[in-house]
Amino acid sequence: MAEFGNPDVVQEECDVLMIGGGMANCGAAYEIGPWADKAEAELGRPLNIKLVDKAALPRSGAVAQGLSAINTYIGSEQDPADYARMVSNDLMGITRDDLAYDLGRHVDESVHLFEEWGLPIWKMDEHGERFDGAQGMATLADGGKPVRSGKWQIMINGESYKWIVAEAAQKALGAENIRERVFMVKLINDKNDKSRVAGAIGFSVREHTIYVYKAKAILLAAGGCVNIFRPRSVGEGTGRAWYPVWNAGSTYSMAAEAGAELTLMENRFVPTRFKDGYGPVGAWFLLFKAKATNAFGEGYMVKNKHMLDDYPPYGAAAVPASCLRNHLMLKEMKDGLGPIWMDTVTALADLREVLSPREVKHLEAEAWEDFLDMCVGQCGIWVGENIEPEKKNSELMPTEPYLLGSHSGCCGIWASGPDDIGAPTEETEAGVPDHLPSGWNWGYRGMTTLNGLFTAGDGVGAAGHKFSSGSHAEGRMAAKSMVQYVLDNKDWTPELDTDVDDLVMEILKPVMNYMEHKDYSTALDVNPNYITPKMLQFRLQKIMDEYVAGVATYYTTNAEMMRVAGEKIDMLKEDAEKMRAKDLHEWLRAWENYHRILTAEAHLKHIEFRQESRYPGFYYRADKNFVDEENWHCFVNSIYDKESGKWTCFKRAHVDLVDKSKLFK
Amino acid sequence: MPTFVRTDKCDGCKGADKTACMYICPHDLMKLDMDGSETGHPMKSFNQEPEQCWECYSCVKICPQQAIEVRHYADVVPLGGSVQPIRGTDSIIWSIKFRNGTLKRFKFPIRTTPEGSIDPYGGKPEADMAKIKDVGFFVQHNGYRAGDPSELIRK
Repeated sequence: MAEFGNPDVVQEECDVLMIGGGMANCGAAYEIGPWADKAEAELGRPLNIKLVDKAALPRSGAVAQGLSAINTYIGSEQDPADYARMVSNDLMGITRDDLAYDLGRHVDESVHLFEEWGLPIWKMDEHGERFDGAQGMATLADGGKPVRSGKWQIMINGESYKWIVAEAAQKALGAENIRERVFMVKLINDKNDKSRVAGAIGFSVREHTIYVYKAKAILLAAGGCVNIFRPRSVGEGTGRAWYPVWNAGSTYSMAAEAGAELTLMENRFVPTRFKDGYGPVGAWFLLFKAKATNAFGEGYMVKNKHMLDDYPPYGAAAVPASCLRNHLMLKEMKDGLGPIWMDTVTALADLREVLSPREVKHLEAEAWEDFLDMCVGQCGIWVGENIEPEKKNSELMPTEPYLLGSHSGCCGIWASGPDDIGAPTEETEAGVPDHLPSGWNWGYRGMTTLNGLFTAGDGVGAAGHKFSSGSHAEGRMAAKSMVQYVLDNKDWTPELDTDVDDLVMEILKPVMNYMEHKDYSTALDVNPNYITPKMLQFRLQKIMDEYVAGVATYYTTNAEMMRVAGEKIDMLKEDAEKMRAKDLHEWLRAWENYHRILTAEAHLKHIEFRQESRYPGFYYRADKNFVDEENWHCFVNSIYDKESGKWTCFKRAHVDLVDKSKLFK
Repeated sequence: MPTFVRTDKCDGCKGADKTACMYICPHDLMKLDMDGSETGHPMKSFNQEPEQCWECYSCVKICPQQAIEVRHYADVVPLGGSVQPIRGTDSIIWSIKFRNGTLKRFKFPIRTTPEGSIDPYGGKPEADMAKIKDVGFFVQHNGYRAGDPSELIRK
């Protein structure tokens, strides 16, 4: 093994590089094979495809722990247009119908594959009784009836969901083409064309080796962003983030640094979940029909219903947006009427009235499985606090904010959509930088505004609610496009715009900071010449929490608070140059934090630019505490200049491709 | 926690170059203390950053010695409970002990096919390059939802 501070450098060339090993890239790894086989004839050689992941594929990404439901399954009874409408409604009217509709028509294909590969999917018999997914009942593809825990969700026995999907991806791509435990940290532009991506660089956290890839097409799908806000639990419980703690904003920051256009980075998700364990509430609300109340048993959704009238037309939707539901709940908390309870006792008692004893026994197992499949930590809370849900209610709490594009959030990268459903081909808002595309599609589905850079899953902005299945399907769509892109650029050879030696020195900076200064003080962690990744992360979290609408201010900020935050982040960026890495593990943490800082800064700049509070219940600008449909029913997009370190925000026009009036009463 | 490793059970995966828990942890937390300099227990694994543990149980489930357990976040959770799985090839069994001693046990299916049995392209058609720019995937499984064209108001 190379001596620490003097790594081996491995350089490779490929046609397609996939960064990340979650659902999206597992989908891409599966779909790309048959297209690549055919492209070989045209290319005269096999396509070279590599997947690089900082974790291990079977437990990588947001589905690592498992899931108790697949949250996007359209079914034969619903239309992709209904799905696009739901996505729009939950995200306050500003989403890309082209992306959502396209996902809606493709996503069930992936779900049917999961079942074929061995994922147990709950079924309902003709009497309405529920069964687990291992009873040999008809598959979904053959007309089997899923158990809906909501209009779009179906229940699964999903402990091994990711394990199964990864096995298919691994076999499809070939284990020799997958490199695990390598963390990609920077994209590299093309030497002769800055509007192209030409490669990426990263390092192994197992042996001291830096990897440099040249690639024609790159699929960047490395998750959302967790831990830029101070979490509610600050000791050991810091790890119990709602979204996976290893999602470090790598997708957004790497794309932005290379020049790709971001969208809706002001959007965030603040899930209301079981307090402290962050266990899922969907099945409790929708399947077990539980109600949430304030301390005095009052249902806040009924009591505060009039508050929805402040946000027309969104407040009039049959199912109000997630942020508006938070808005009604926060009213109770701010008025001192907490804690907020999930009334599990009444819900289970009511179900016992109508179910047979066998079904009641099954029901208890279902309630526990809901957590055990995807959030064991919540069971940890229940056993520690002696909570049996049929005997004792549980508290609910809105979490710290998360940035993501696949769940009930829609920040991300501006991506090319399908061209067959009526998407705009021109831009009507002024101020979009000239070099950016004007319409919503520019040739390759899933490609960002940086040529050759594709994204999927949490990476694709303005199109939330794809969840696990949709991320897989979106990765598959990108895979097809990438093969086309490689064929269209078969005579082009990528050249890196920066010398590899310079790149290596930049990547190594935290390691060199440590090597140079470690003997200056007797305390390893207290040294004026460097800052540990952990302390730097605490600083970022403190700034974001206190000034940029974290839990400390009940998600409230204003222009002056954001100005102060901007100053502090500028200094944090300077100090990040002094981050240290004392070993391979801390090197990983250091680079995760570079990604977090840039993602956090994008979030700040976008909220600053948008002169309204588009997502009440997720964040409030106290100085612009309204939804302004006239001026701000639009996308806020941005580009980042890595030389100057400056962001440019601008509007893009929003257009409906499906009729939204059907949503409102 | 976070996960912890039982000194009486961990065998360091018998001197393999990486342990099962190191291999699987999504957040690079599990580490083999080769010489005991970090824990006092040579050739055993430990969680090197417990406050970053998601309690995802990936290491608990994969450990061949069942040496890894979870003591839930001490800054949040009262002591005494435990939630411990045994993951087989087709099902998982959970043993749950409450702080007050109440016990529960659940068994859930995890997979309907043998592990390692997926044949990703077996019985599937080849891709049709004429359709690479069209919607749909190389294979259709009765899941493509074409949609009602009248819903698209700009078409």
